[in-house]
Formats: sequence, structure tokens, C-alpha cells
Amino acid sequence: MGLAGDLVDILGSASFWVATLRIATPLIFGVLGVLLCERAGVLNLGIEGIMVAGAFAGWFTVHAGAGLWTGVAVAALVGACFGLVHGFLTVPLALSQHVAGLGVTLAATSLAYFAYRVAFPQLTEPPRIVPFAEMSWLASLPLLGMVLGAVTPLTLFALLLAPAIGWILYRTPLGLALRMVGENPAAAEGAGIDVTAMRIGAIVAGSALMGIAGSFLTLAAFNAFFFNMVNGRGWICVALVVFASWRPGKALLGALLFAAFDAGQLRLQQSGAGSQVPYQLWLMVPYLLSIAALVLVARKAAYPQALMKPYRKGER
Amino acid sequence: MEAVLRLTGVTKRFGALLANDAISLSLQRGEVLALLGENGAGKSTLVSIIFGHYVADAGSVDVFGATLPAGDPAAALAAGVGMVHQHFTLADNLTVLENVTLGTEPLWRMRSQIAAARARLTEISSRFGLAVHPDAPVGTLSVGERQRVEILKALYRGARILMLDEPTAVLTPQESERLFATLQQFVASGLAVIFISHKLDEVMAVADRIAVLRAGRLVADVARASTSKAELAIHMVGREIAPAPVRSQRPPGAVVLQLEDVHAAEAGQPPLRGASLSVARGEIVAIAGVAGNGQATLADLLFGLVHASSGSLRLHGVAYSESPRAVIVAGVARVPADRRGLGSIGELSLWENAAVERVRTRQFARAGVLRRAQMRAFGRDLVRRFDVRGPGLPDGSGLDAPAAQLSGGNLQKLILGRALSIERGAADAGRLIVADQPTWGLDVGAVAAIHARLIAAREAGDAVLVISEDLDEIFALADRIAVMNQGRIIETRAASQWTLAELGLAMAERRAA
Amino acid sequence: MRLEARDTVSRAAAIGAPLGAVAVTLAICAVLVRWAGAPVFASFGALLDGGFGSRFAVTETLTRATPLIFTGLAAAVAFRARFFNIGAEGQLYLGALAAVAVGAELGAVTGLPPVVSFIAMIVAAALAGSLWLAIAALLRTRLAVDEVVTTLLTNFVVLLFVSWMLDGPMKDPAAMGWPQSVSLPPELELTKLIERTRLHTGFAVALGCAVAMWAISKFTTFGFEARAVGANAQAARFAGIHVDATVIKTALLSGALAGLAGAVEVAGRTSYVTLDMSPGYGYAGIVVAMLAALHPLAVVPAAIFIAGMFVGADSMSRAVGVPTYIADVIVAVSLLAVLVATQLLRYRIRWR
Repeated sequence: MGLAGDLVDILGSASFWVATLRIATPLIFGVLGVLLCERAGVLNLGIEGIMVAGAFAGWFTVHAGAGLWTGVAVAALVGACFGLVHGFLTVPLALSQHVAGLGVTLAATSLAYFAYRVAFPQLTEPPRIVPFAEMSWLASLPLLGMVLGAVTPLTLFALLLAPAIGWILYRTPLGLALRMVGENPAAAEGAGIDVTAMRIGAIVAGSALMGIAGSFLTLAAFNAFFFNMVNGRGWICVALVVFASWRPGKALLGALLFAAFDAGQLRLQQSGAGSQVPYQLWLMVPYLLSIAALVLVARKAAYPQALMKPYRKGER
Repeated sequence: MEAVLRLTGVTKRFGALLANDAISLSLQRGEVLALLGENGAGKSTLVSIIFGHYVADAGSVDVFGATLPAGDPAAALAAGVGMVHQHFTLADNLTVLENVTLGTEPLWRMRSQIAAARARLTEISSRFGLAVHPDAPVGTLSVGERQRVEILKALYRGARILMLDEPTAVLTPQESERLFATLQQFVASGLAVIFISHKLDEVMAVADRIAVLRAGRLVADVARASTSKAELAIHMVGREIAPAPVRSQRPPGAVVLQLEDVHAAEAGQPPLRGASLSVARGEIVAIAGVAGNGQATLADLLFGLVHASSGSLRLHGVAYSESPRAVIVAGVARVPADRRGLGSIGELSLWENAAVERVRTRQFARAGVLRRAQMRAFGRDLVRRFDVRGPGLPDGSGLDAPAAQLSGGNLQKLILGRALSIERGAADAGRLIVADQPTWGLDVGAVAAIHARLIAAREAGDAVLVISEDLDEIFALADRIAVMNQGRIIETRAASQWTLAELGLAMAERRAA
Repeated sequence: MRLEARDTVSRAAAIGAPLGAVAVTLAICAVLVRWAGAPVFASFGALLDGGFGSRFAVTETLTRATPLIFTGLAAAVAFRARFFNIGAEGQLYLGALAAVAVGAELGAVTGLPPVVSFIAMIVAAALAGSLWLAIAALLRTRLAVDEVVTTLLTNFVVLLFVSWMLDGPMKDPAAMGWPQSVSLPPELELTKLIERTRLHTGFAVALGCAVAMWAISKFTTFGFEARAVGANAQAARFAGIHVDATVIKTALLSGALAGLAGAVEVAGRTSYVTLDMSPGYGYAGIVVAMLAALHPLAVVPAAIFIAGMFVGADSMSRAVGVPTYIADVIVAVSLLAVLVATQLLRYRIRWR
């Protein structure tokens, strides 16, 4: 049948779309998190590490006996704490945002791995937990029911979060203030807004979302914490934000599109024609796609105008 | 009529610079007050203090009888003071409505009252004749439209005192007319306006009263009806111009630099719209003009940073080079206005900065390896010849100190020395020296030293072009003075044939575009 | 809150700042050690002893430091010109692959003497790293694509490529199923500096490179231009320096150094390529460079410090049971602490 036939088969199956949504969920949380930070003018390269820390924290909380949603909340809190560190380094101290972010990633990742080893010194296989169950009560919905009935609550949360963040950004005074802080902090200052507080707040909120993104991996997609499980998803989110022009709607679509390619690539690997190609080449596709996405939009990207520029109050 | 705004003894220092010196002023209801003065006279500082961007060192600001808390823009806004900055604080990626309504609703409201805001904006804009599209992104607007948005920001918040900083600096004549009509409407409805300007025409057309600042002090506070443009020009500039240093009176030699109808544009700067100019050997030509008429683009063009889009630009009869390196090789000595951002690299040492333009020449490098000893010797020689002072200079370790540590005057001497060290070209064709605001921000001693160097270069047969906003400097240096206005050179005369008043008028004049 | 530049930096502050950073790092790690249930002083003792306390420990540390010096130099050279090469990890692996590909085959195919093979191997590794990074550099100069995310993502691409190579074309048939490459012939391996240790001449080469990078930065026109562009690209352009060309040359040099890291590891320590031959040397190189304040000569002690932490942590974990990841934590926290300390040296924080 060949590659074209395989593709049609894949696109027509419900399980493909379920897989797409599952792959997209951590990306959606991550992209929205980065979006909040960058809209306020700060690049947060701590995302990769924060996702690791969130993945660990959520899983560990549940392993210790708490409920799944408590685990998600703890992951968000852990993310927020690292966000506070990053915010302190980049806003009042005005350190290089690149280096501070990489430092946070290194610190968060190493702390998570250290904590894991302290808790389970000898184990080679991490203990499993019972992850989120599929929402089979949605299966009775027409048309979408087949797909929605097979996804977990965090996925639904992600799908609803994107328009919610869009609402906050574009229809509330807080969102307007946040956007202005990332475009022209002097204008925000002139309108009586505290630029420092706004920026740190955005970074903390965005980092909480990044923590939740990590927790999805251990509490829904898989059921345990593995080393290297984040595997560059954080960086992909950073690329996707540029591709999405910093708009939540486009970010959601971008994450879904990307996840669809990833899910497709996974299936093509196993299909008749696809298995001729070494699986490593298939796995490269997401990363190459992200780079391609960046190249496509780089020239005309409408960066938030104050992105990466530290704000010195009183300097005009 | 009670005063809506009263300043009492406002004083502000920035380091050693006294920007405002015990200024006392009042503004009446329904009045347009113009603040007039040269660049650096202290007008923007004063208005920034009123609005709360700066905190005054002494004195107080009373609005509608109540004293304003210092350094608090939110309080100024609440008291009814609105400011339209010269450099707009607008976000290009956001719409007009978003820019105007920022900060007008409590942050924790769940839902912005967008429809109501749009209605209010539309009502205000039609009431004062400031047409705008609320949903247009600000980045797509013209300069005049952006200014309307800035004004609307203040009016939307219920400003009853409106302060505008150089509002017509970048407007076309038609847009300026529209602005004046708007201002008349404001005061007719009971607002009061403070209007900062250089432009005597406008001030005489629009203001009821005129306050003149000079070097931080209030030197005149008169009603428009009882003064004239000529009188104001003299208040603005004010002192006897020191007689120019003695110089030889021989006629200038061959033309070195020739511009004919040159057009050039640069993002974010007012463009050149057909500038024509010539500079010959043995003469100093000074370009006078109010900032924002294309001088920055002209400077960048001559520095090799920007290309001309049309017109003819020739050096010694040959087309002008189009990259900084080629311009240096062609033998143009360049002194930029931005000493620390463009003219020097703060982190590098003095001797490295001295040699930076020639780091690929045989003088300082052989097969890719630096000849450090020669570079240091060159730097030491430069420092000595041009009297660059700093700790450890001229002999000790001062040569290794980062350039960022030099004072402005000494840094400028270094930059000038580096520029003037360019060899005269083959067949003694004469160098071109381009100096942009060469003594901006410097003390009297440094100014005199730099001027002496430029005149010496002229005596030695170089062609010197000076761009300056300082009329003192222009009269001290120039053989010929050209006035730049809206991207063109509108008039050039021998220095002896300009009077101060005529020069001020030419600079301030607005011609149809 | 805002920053205000300090006018003068007192001698006491200049010394106190890095010491303060070290103190904060130690304090945080002491907390972690207690949490792991181990005694604090004994643990730090075991750490230092394991890293530096015996002849064996020192040679282990210096062996571990060798690739770190290369990746540290790669990062320092790049960051000095404000080109953020975060892809050293990938460039290292490509260099290792290229070295093995050339080294294992060239001599056998052409019959050239080992010296020629060795040189060809090194050149191939350097070129592999260079050209790979040049792609990201061109994307930046021609298409304005930020190099940070592109270099980060290419690390993953390279690792997958290496995995593919090790599964197929470059697999060692004699390796009983483990994914590793063919080995270098023994005549191409680097000799040991000290008998019966793992310390090899690659360390000396690394030291040589550090001196060479220092010399390039200080004595060549390219080094001068790179420093100028990194300090103020606008002013460098005004002074006639070709900024884009300088960025590309810097990228070529940085990539070459990272590629060399891979070649030296293969030729000196492992003699074949595996997927796990680098425990993050590329990323650690960035920390080395930042701790060294981007100064090539200071990269050496910084690399030795970080290598010592990792070697010591292995030993400490055997002695008192603290997980080896404490070394990663020490490295990350010390980076942040040093950055904060340096910033506070130059600026004061004003609260409104």
C-alpha cells in the first residue's frame, strides 16, 4: 500500500487523535507557561528543568499517598518556587536571562534527580503509581466522544486553559498590564503599574504551568518518574512559542499540530513502509520540525518589544 | 484667575549638572504656557518633575492648590496632570484602545469594560477633534496619529492640565496646524496647557504666555502680546558670542565632500529628503538645526552606517563608500555623537580603543597577529598629544584601564585623537573630518581643547564638517553655516553674514514639505 | 527595586563576593547532605578526599577535567563574542564519531602511517564540530534565528544520529550486541601521562588549547575583533569590524573545540564511541566557562573544580551513601551563586 496508504489509515483512527492529545498536553501547558513569561518580557530557559522537577514532585506526592490532583498542585507549587528564583535573578538583579534560565534548569534537574535517589537509593525500577483514569463518562458525546472519552482530565484542563489564558490576556486589565510590561515597560510605569512585580508574577505563574506540564508526564502519560523523561520537550515549547507568535490560540494549534506530527511519526515507524527507515530518524522529526518552525517565522516574528531587555526604573 | 499649577523653587541636579535652578512658575486655567529654550536648557527635566518621573532636590509642585507627592506618576495622573512625552511611550504591537486604557481599570477586575471604553474614547476623540481608529495597532500609525494617541491617553484619564514636550518636533506643518487647533479647543473647554518648544513661530502662534529657560534658570516670563520673535531668540541664546579665535582668511581650496539632492532613510530617524552641501579644503562648515531634522541620518550616512537611496554623494570626486571600513580606508575622520555607545567600546582598554579602527592594517597587525607594542605606543602617543587625562595617565597603567572609566571630556579627546590620526590621503588630497555634536555634555576646558583641534585641522588644509545643536559652538568654529530643516539644507551663508536672530529664525522656520 | 551601579569596588568586596558564593553553595549542599541522612562534615571530607585526596583521586579528577576544559573553552570563546553555543554536547559526539570513522578506517584503507591518520582524525573531529555549529551561526547571521534554542535542539538530533550510527553503519561487530562503535586501532590512542592511571596526554593537549585560546584572544586580530563584537557590536561595526564574519569565525572555533573534546575522549579514555560517553560534558562546559568569567586560562581551574566535585561525589556516595547527583547540584548552585555575587559586586539594589 505504501506510505500514502499508511498515512490515511493513521489519520482515520481514533487512537491517533487520542495519542495526539496525549502528546500535546504537556506541550500546551509548557507553551502557555513560556508565553506568559515572554509576554511579560522575560525568557525563561528554566522550563526544561522545571518540567523535570514538576514531574518528580507530582509523582512523589502521589506515591506518598496523596491524591492525584494534590500531586498536580504540588508540582505547580514547585514550579512556582523555581519561577520565583528565576524571577529574582532576572528582574531585580538583571542577570543574563539565558544564563539564569540555564542555571535554573541545571539546578532543578539535579535537585529532582538527587531527591529521587535519596528517596529510592537502590531501586533500578521506579515504583509505579495509579495515574489519572480516562474520562470514559465523556464517551457518550457525539462525534468527539470517541476521542474525548479516552483522554485524561489534565488534557481537558489544557484544552480549556488556552482560551482561558487568551481571555485573561486580551479581556482583562491584568492581561493588558502584563502585555504592556513586555512591550513598553516605560509606558506601563507611566500608567502606574509596578513593572517588577508584574514581571515576577508572570514568571511565577508561567513556571507553575511548566510544573504542571511535567506532572502530566508522570501522572497521566506514564505512571512513574524516569530519568531523561522530559527529553527536550521544554526547549520545543520555547521554539513553539515563537512559532505561535505569542498568542494562546495559535499556541494551542501549534502544540496540537506538532503533537500530530509526533504521533504520526511514531505510527509510521511501525507501519509497513516506515519501518524501513531507522527509528532514530523518525525520532528526530520533532526536533527538526521545531527548528524549521523557528526558521520559518524568525524574520517576521513580532517579538514582544521589551523581551530580554532588563528594565531600569527611572531610565528613560 | 487662580493658578491651576504652581512651581516654587524647583531645583534638580544630575551629578554635577544643574538641570533646574530654583524655578518658580505658575499656570492659569484656560491658558497655554510655552516653555522655550535651547537643547539642554532644562525644560524636559522640569516637566518630568511635575509628572513624577523625577524627584526634585528642592522646591514643590502644587496642583489645584494641593502639593503633589514627589516621584509618583500615579498621583500626578490622579490630580489631573497629563503628559505627552517627546519620545512616545506606546506599545507598537497593541491597539490604540489598549494603549489608552492601560491602567485605567482596577487590575483585579475579571472583565475589561471594552465596549464602554471604546465608546468613551470615541466620544473624547470627537470632542477634541482627534480622529483615531481604536482597533488599529499603534505600529501601523503615522507619527501624527501616534501623538494623538498619546494625547488621548491623558484626556481619557480626565487630565485638566496637559503638558506636551516638543510636540511638533516630528510633525508635518499640516499636522502641526491640526494640533494647534486642538490645543485651542482644550483651553476653550477649561483645560490648561504647557507646551515645550524650540520653535518661535509656533510659540508666537499658540501661546498666551511664554517662559524662557536658559542653562537651568528661568530668564523670562512674558505675555505673548508684549514680546516678539527676535526678543525671544535673544532670551533663548542670551549672551555675547565670544569672538571667534583668530584664523587665516585664505579662500578655501578644492571641494572634498559634495552632496547633491541626497535622500536617505533609517528606521526610527527623520530622513534626508534631498540634502545638498559641499565642504572644501581649509574650511569648517557647520550644520545648525534643531534636533530631529535629519542630522542623525546625515551623520550615519557619512559614517558609512547607512546608504543613500538617491542623489549624489562624492568624496574627492569619487562615490562615497558604503561601509564603515571602506569609509575609514577612504580617509574620513569620524567623531560620532554617541561617545559611549558608538564611538568607544567601554570594556576594552584605552589603547585598544585608540587602535580599533586600524586593527587590520599593516601598522598594527602582521599575518593576523597583533603588534601590541606598536598599538600601545600609538595609544600612549595619542593620550599625550591630545591631553587625555585619567588615573595612571599618560605613563602608568592608565592605558590599560577600560574606556568606560574615562570622563566624557577625556573620552572625547581620545576619540577625536583617534580620528585625527588618520593619514592624509595620497597626493595630499586633504582629509574630511565629520564631527557630530563634538562637545555635547563637556565642560568648558574640554570644549576649548576640542575646538582648538578642529581649527588646527582646518588651518592644515582639512575639510571639516561639524553638526551641532550648540549655537555657541557653531559661531566659534564655522566659516560657513548651513541650516538643516526637515531633511534638507535650506540655506548656507558665510558665518559673518548670519546674525543670531536670523539663524534662530531659519532653524525654527517651518516650510511647506 | 532597581539596580544602581556602584562607583568603586573595594578590595574586600572583590574577595568577599566569590567567597560568599562558595559559602552559600556549601550551605545549601550541607542541607542536602543532612536530608540524605549523612553527617555533614564527614561527607564534605569524603567529597574532597575523593576528588583530590590521593594520587589516584587527582589523576581521576584531571582525566575527568580534560573534556571539560575543551567544552569550557568552546563555551568561553563563543560567549565572549555573545554567541550562545549551547550545543557543545552534540558537537562533542559528532567529533567523537568523526574521529572514530576516520581513525578506524583511514590507516587500514590507505596504508598511511599512524601519524597521518592521527592528524586526519583530529582534523576530522574539529571539522565535524565546526561545520555543525556553523549551521546555527548562519541561521543567526542570515535569518536572524536565535542560536540558543537551535543549538539546544540539535543536541537531541545528534544523539539520535549517533544512536543510529551505533546501531548500524558504525557498529562494532565484536561488541556482543552492545551499541558501541568500532574501536580505534591502538596506535592511534593517546598515551598515558602517568602509568596505571587513566590520565592521558589529552590533558596536556587541553592545557595547550587553553593557552592557545588565551593567546588567540590576546594576540590576534581575530581575538581582538571577537572581544570587540561581544562587548559592543554596534561600536565594533562603527569601527569597521565585520560583525557577521566575526560571529561565524567564532562559531567555527567554538565548534572545533567541542569536537576536539569528543576526539580526545575517544582517543584517550574509551577508544570507541558509546551513547553514554558524555555525562553532560557539553552543558557542564557552560558552567565551567561562566565560573571562569569567560577567561580561557581560568577555564582550567574551573574545570578541575567541577571534575573534582563529580569524582568526589562518586567516592562520597560509596562512603556515606549521599547520591552522586549532589555534584550536579553543587555545580548548578555554585553557578547561580557566582553570578549573583558578581552582579552584587558591580551593582547595589535599591528598594524604591
